[in-house]
Amino acid sequence: MAENKELRIHVEHLKKSFGTLEVLKDISTDIHEGEVVVVLGPSGSGKSTFLRCLNRLEDITAGTVIVNGNDITDKHTDINKARENVGMVFQHFNLFNNMDVLGNMMLAPVELKKASKEQAKEKAVELLTRVGMQDKLHAYPAQLSGGQKQRVAIARALAMNPKIMLFDEPTSALDPEMVGEVLAVMKQLASEGMTMVVVTHEIGFAREVANRVIFMENGYIVEEGTPSEVIDNPKEARTIDFLSKVL
Amino acid sequence: MIQILVGFGPMMLKALGQTLLLALLGLFFACIIGLIFGLMNVVKNKACNIIATIFVDVIRGVPMIVLAYFIFFGIPYLWNNMLGIGGMTLTALTAGTICLALNCGAYMAEIIRAGIQSVDKGQMEAARSLGLSYGVAMRKVVLPQAIRTMIPSIINQFIITLKDTSILSVIGFPELVNTTKNVVGITFKSFQAWALAGLMYLVVIIALSRLAKMLERRLNRGRE
Repeated sequence: MAENKELRIHVEHLKKSFGTLEVLKDISTDIHEGEVVVVLGPSGSGKSTFLRCLNRLEDITAGTVIVNGNDITDKHTDINKARENVGMVFQHFNLFNNMDVLGNMMLAPVELKKASKEQAKEKAVELLTRVGMQDKLHAYPAQLSGGQKQRVAIARALAMNPKIMLFDEPTSALDPEMVGEVLAVMKQLASEGMTMVVVTHEIGFAREVANRVIFMENGYIVEEGTPSEVIDNPKEARTIDFLSKVL
Repeated sequence: MIQILVGFGPMMLKALGQTLLLALLGLFFACIIGLIFGLMNVVKNKACNIIATIFVDVIRGVPMIVLAYFIFFGIPYLWNNMLGIGGMTLTALTAGTICLALNCGAYMAEIIRAGIQSVDKGQMEAARSLGLSYGVAMRKVVLPQAIRTMIPSIINQFIITLKDTSILSVIGFPELVNTTKNVVGITFKSFQAWALAGLMYLVVIIALSRLAKMLERRLNRGRE
């Protein structure tokens, strides 16, 4: 069913090395419009690196990555242009500390001439309302809780109208009581049809929201399929081993 | 003391003015040099990194008095006598400004490099992930945060540079030390003249550091 939809991300024989350390050994996968793909795996398996290769925050050592039709492994591709359509949410939020919430929301749309100041502000308020942060327009990041920061960070990424959203362990740095509010925003986003790739340890979220789960270990995709296939009936010994530790 | 104050006070005040002029010119160009080489040190480009490192190492490895003699006497000699092109004269003010700007610029470059590197890497990544270019991300996100941490070091460097102008008395620029030497030469009142010179430096530097502290506090206001 997903195959009939537009191809958003095409990854072919992706390899990534840091010096002599080969982190991604041979990754191939396709992600289509509206899919929510959750990437699971033990730490050091390369899942975050894989995600960061999708908007070339990491230089790609070998292979092909095509995102929204742009070959981002091609040196001639305007990477800044390609990134405009790919939102990213980080483990440590990375809100701009020198700006208030509105400033964070408006910087990229205004700088990149996607919107006038007034339009950007209007859109920012609308998005912040969606994530329940409309009361904190003029707060600085240092004045927000972790969960609030992450919700602003998600809204900031959405302000660019991305076609794809990447989440790099978005709840891992949060206090337990704040995980729910961030996952709720992500669930809502998924239900609206956003194409999402999520690196997370939240198995519950994967089971409930994901169309597809990718299990990675040691630089390879070990197993992939629907949540019920990978999480509830894993076939590979390494997947079974990992899930027995986290479930 | 009174005699020195009345007789040579105006002359020494004028010399203090020359000292301040030299310091301001030097600092102005030092800021530009520091920003250029500081940025060259942090960009992802090996050639830029190497050039910046060599600049900083060379300037820091040479005493300023040697640099002053080299610029004031050495460069015109190279130009006029060795290369035979001729016609080059450097005023003491020009040579002094170049010397101060290079010297202070090298230290500023290090301060700026350290300041930029103290900003969490995630700030740049988040800006780039939104599609912003390296330049915009640096200007709008990283540098404003870096400057906050750099301010105390920059103020410190400014004060050092102001005091370093005294070294430029050796190339004959009529700043405070040079003028005081002349006053002593005329009056032989070493104690009074040097005490007065010291006092003048002290007043200016204390006033400047107070001003800097106020500025620093204002910049940090409203931030946790």
